[in-house]
Amino acid sequence: MSRFKDNTLKSRLIKRVHRRIVLAGLLKASAVALLGWNIRKLQIEDSEDYKLLADANRVNLRLIPPSRGLIFDRLGTPIALNEQNYKVVFIREQAREPGKVLKRLANIIDLEQKRQEKIMQDMKKRSAFIPITVAENLTWEDFAKISVNLPSLPGIIPEVGLTRHYQEYESYAHIVGYVGPISDKDLESEKPIDPVLQIPKFQIGKVGVEKKLEKHLRGRAGVSKVEVNASGRVMRELNRTQGKSGENIHLTIATNLQKFASERLKGMSASSVLIDIKNGDILSLVSTPSYNPNNFVLGISQSDWNALLNDERKPLLNKATSGAYPPGSTFKMVVAAAALELGLIGLNDKIFCAGFYELGSRKFHCWLKGGHGKLNLQEAIQKSCDVYFYELARKVGVRRIGDMARRLGLGQAYNLPLTGLSKGFVPTKKWKKERFGTSWLVGDTLNVGIGQGFSLATPLQLAVMTARLASGKKITPNIIKNSNNNPDNPKALSIKENTLVAIRKGMFDVLNEKDGTAFNFRTTDQNFLIAGKTGTSQVRRITREEREEGVIKNEDLPWKMRDHALFTCFAPYENPRYALSVVVEHGGSGSKIAAPIARDIMLFQLHGGIPPITAYPEKQQFEVRNKLMDIEKKINSRININ
Amino acid sequence: MNPFIKMIYINWPLQILILATALFGFLMLYSVSGGSWEPWTKPQINRFFISFILIFVMSAISISFWQKISPFCYILGLALLIAVYFYGDTGMGAKRWLDLRIIKLQPSEAFKISMVMVLAYYYHKLPVNKVSHPFYVLVPLLLIIIPAFIVFRQPDLGTALVIIMIGIFVMFIAGVHFGYFLFGGFSFFTLLFILFQSRGTEWQLLKDYHFRRIDTFLDPSADPLGAGYHITQSKIALGSGGLFGRGYMQGSQSQLNFLPEKHTDFIFTTLAEEFGFFGTIGLLIIYSLIVAFCIFSALATTDKYSRLLITGLCMTFFTYFSINIAMVMGLLPIVGIPLPLVSYGGSSMIVIMLSFGLIQSAHVHKNIGF
Repeated sequence: MSRFKDNTLKSRLIKRVHRRIVLAGLLKASAVALLGWNIRKLQIEDSEDYKLLADANRVNLRLIPPSRGLIFDRLGTPIALNEQNYKVVFIREQAREPGKVLKRLANIIDLEQKRQEKIMQDMKKRSAFIPITVAENLTWEDFAKISVNLPSLPGIIPEVGLTRHYQEYESYAHIVGYVGPISDKDLESEKPIDPVLQIPKFQIGKVGVEKKLEKHLRGRAGVSKVEVNASGRVMRELNRTQGKSGENIHLTIATNLQKFASERLKGMSASSVLIDIKNGDILSLVSTPSYNPNNFVLGISQSDWNALLNDERKPLLNKATSGAYPPGSTFKMVVAAAALELGLIGLNDKIFCAGFYELGSRKFHCWLKGGHGKLNLQEAIQKSCDVYFYELARKVGVRRIGDMARRLGLGQAYNLPLTGLSKGFVPTKKWKKERFGTSWLVGDTLNVGIGQGFSLATPLQLAVMTARLASGKKITPNIIKNSNNNPDNPKALSIKENTLVAIRKGMFDVLNEKDGTAFNFRTTDQNFLIAGKTGTSQVRRITREEREEGVIKNEDLPWKMRDHALFTCFAPYENPRYALSVVVEHGGSGSKIAAPIARDIMLFQLHGGIPPITAYPEKQQFEVRNKLMDIEKKINSRININ
Repeated sequence: MNPFIKMIYINWPLQILILATALFGFLMLYSVSGGSWEPWTKPQINRFFISFILIFVMSAISISFWQKISPFCYILGLALLIAVYFYGDTGMGAKRWLDLRIIKLQPSEAFKISMVMVLAYYYHKLPVNKVSHPFYVLVPLLLIIIPAFIVFRQPDLGTALVIIMIGIFVMFIAGVHFGYFLFGGFSFFTLLFILFQSRGTEWQLLKDYHFRRIDTFLDPSADPLGAGYHITQSKIALGSGGLFGRGYMQGSQSQLNFLPEKHTDFIFTTLAEEFGFFGTIGLLIIYSLIVAFCIFSALATTDKYSRLLITGLCMTFFTYFSINIAMVMGLLPIVGIPLPLVSYGGSSMIVIMLSFGLIQSAHVHKNIGF
């Protein structure tokens, strides 16, 4: 009985077990169905979204910086080029003991202890696979030495990159300028932002042509699509869009002349501009002292920067275009042209110079204490008589002088791709009223008449003025070869030929007549005679007492108080081709200081090289020969270095 | 009987399915190591074929032998668990491994088998009228809870929960009254509620990282680069596979190391990425067939020990793959459970093959008696 009961119980339990096994099986089946359903949702329904996410994970875009356009001189000699920059980078994960590797590297190349520590710090901050630059700008010898020793330097990788390099750097620094690593400020002013600028330390033009023609020089970045793994390491390149290199720029500058001029101006705080009268091409534009733009390319050190900034001779300033000086006697041609054009004076009308000009109770002095006596316009230019031009200026009036000044190219900035172009200044009555609240006085006009007082001109403007006087055409300067801003046939100035001829003759006499202010610095080469005008602009006021006791000589004054020496000229006289201006800051008298410099530079250009000694007056030949040989040596030795 | 003749009675479809699954594994390991036999594929193949032979050997041994040694297996398993608690290697903040020189054993894995064995033994010996008696319910409960607690203290919450789950499942199959399970379920959810209430208090019952894992599980996007990284990347891999996959060895997620633990716990994602929906569903079907064949085999046996043993071990297998797949899809929090027969790893491979050895022994001997 009990056994039977037991059996039924047992069979019931067996049935229950069966039931439960089946039930559990069904539960498992539904769990599997649930899993399958979810897999379907992930892999079929939402698959596209996840594919995008997977690509976002693995694909990175990298910019390939374009190679910057090169800058050449007028003959195609490279001035700014992209040099191979031999550098070594270090990838930490490839070295077991980075410290030891660096020590070994320090045995091969010069690597200071401090720099080693800095590298170790940098490496700790970044992922192990990111290359850290250990040394840049290595010489080929060092680079080769490292390459040979690579087996003992795990993790060290020699690389070749491109950096800007400036040839003939000192003579071109003010024109070409330099590039430097982009700053946050630079980025703000760029709109729309070129993606290439986001490359850290990307080099952009900071000054000069490099800055002004940045858009042309930069080019367009290429894009490389790379596959990266989870830790960001590049596994392979998927595809690459080629970028575009920047455009090359050809300057109008002639390098040999540029080098000669800058060597000639060396040691002075000076500038010179030489223009081709035919088309306005600037063949040389020099400012001294200069600096080495190559120091800026990888970022300049604070101490070097301070030294440049605090130098009283302002090496960073391009004096040829941004230095504005009282034009001094070089302005007299403007007054003469205005008076002749207006018919206020005849070519043979004479004015008497007693050494001073009286205006009410005030005396205006001529530079020659005893006076020039009677002279006509041509003689007045030749001898640079101040009294003559006081009289003339008074007749013409400041407004009409200003008109002529602007007509001849003063008081305006030219459209040149240079930074810091000064407009100079041509004063007006209205300006004085607004600026000082006092009305224009006749005395102001007299001062303007001899280029003192309020008017200011840059060496570039003086050269343009001379070119316009020499050609009678509206020459505009031009520094980029074949740029459209300058037509080959400039418009006529519509100044009477007689006027121009008279002024040119006056300028010719400055150098070639015995009493000319620059007679000492004439040339004896009859084919290439020079016509010019001296100028000395005061930077201080000479008091009545000083004048009575005798004017202090420039040599006895502190440098900053000395006069600026100016000279502007054109040549050949018969058939003018080149116009040149030279300004020596605080150099003293224009006739003594600026004129000989101008003669050397002009002769160099006329002869296409170091001028023959026969072009100089016999008495000067010995002195000149030594000087020219010295300069020649310096130019040649610098060629070898570059 | 001649052991070779016994081989005729082996559940051959099951053997073939096991082999097929393992082949899937070799294929994927070869792919995740970037097309190389080293370092994972070769050891895995060796391990598999040695343990595959072990299945035949075990199936030739009488099921009554396995039944007899069940209690000793349990005691041995428990001893190993205690040993690992004192002498185990620490990895990832938990003591789970026991270095036995020849192999590194994870006793908590092996323990699942011995627990199923002892529970089957227990119910085999227990008179049928006592199955639902409170005292005789308490005994197996203790057999489950004590080792689970030790595993939990390793700490390995995931395995502890799986042990409890499998144990309770065997009790359920054994026919214990349904009321107990209702009551148990109710208490479980109450306990869960209390656990969450304890967070941040002095009597916090779980470690902080357990809670964080649960947080991540509930919202992986909240911390995509931190704790949620794994699950986010794993879902991207799964989803990007699409219908046909990206092609063998072409999965960017796994080949480029975006996937965590791509050769062990997350190998399913590589399969999904490279073979797509067809690959994943294919594997899921193979797994389901393995479970189905086990269930048929269990239903066909006449002996209670065999029946409980097969269902219990089959449940162990089922928990492995279902939890793993649910985990990589973000349906369950990430616990260290491998994809059976596919993931790289000696311990889980041996445990799974041992359990198939037992299942085959039960299957062989149901027809020919003991």
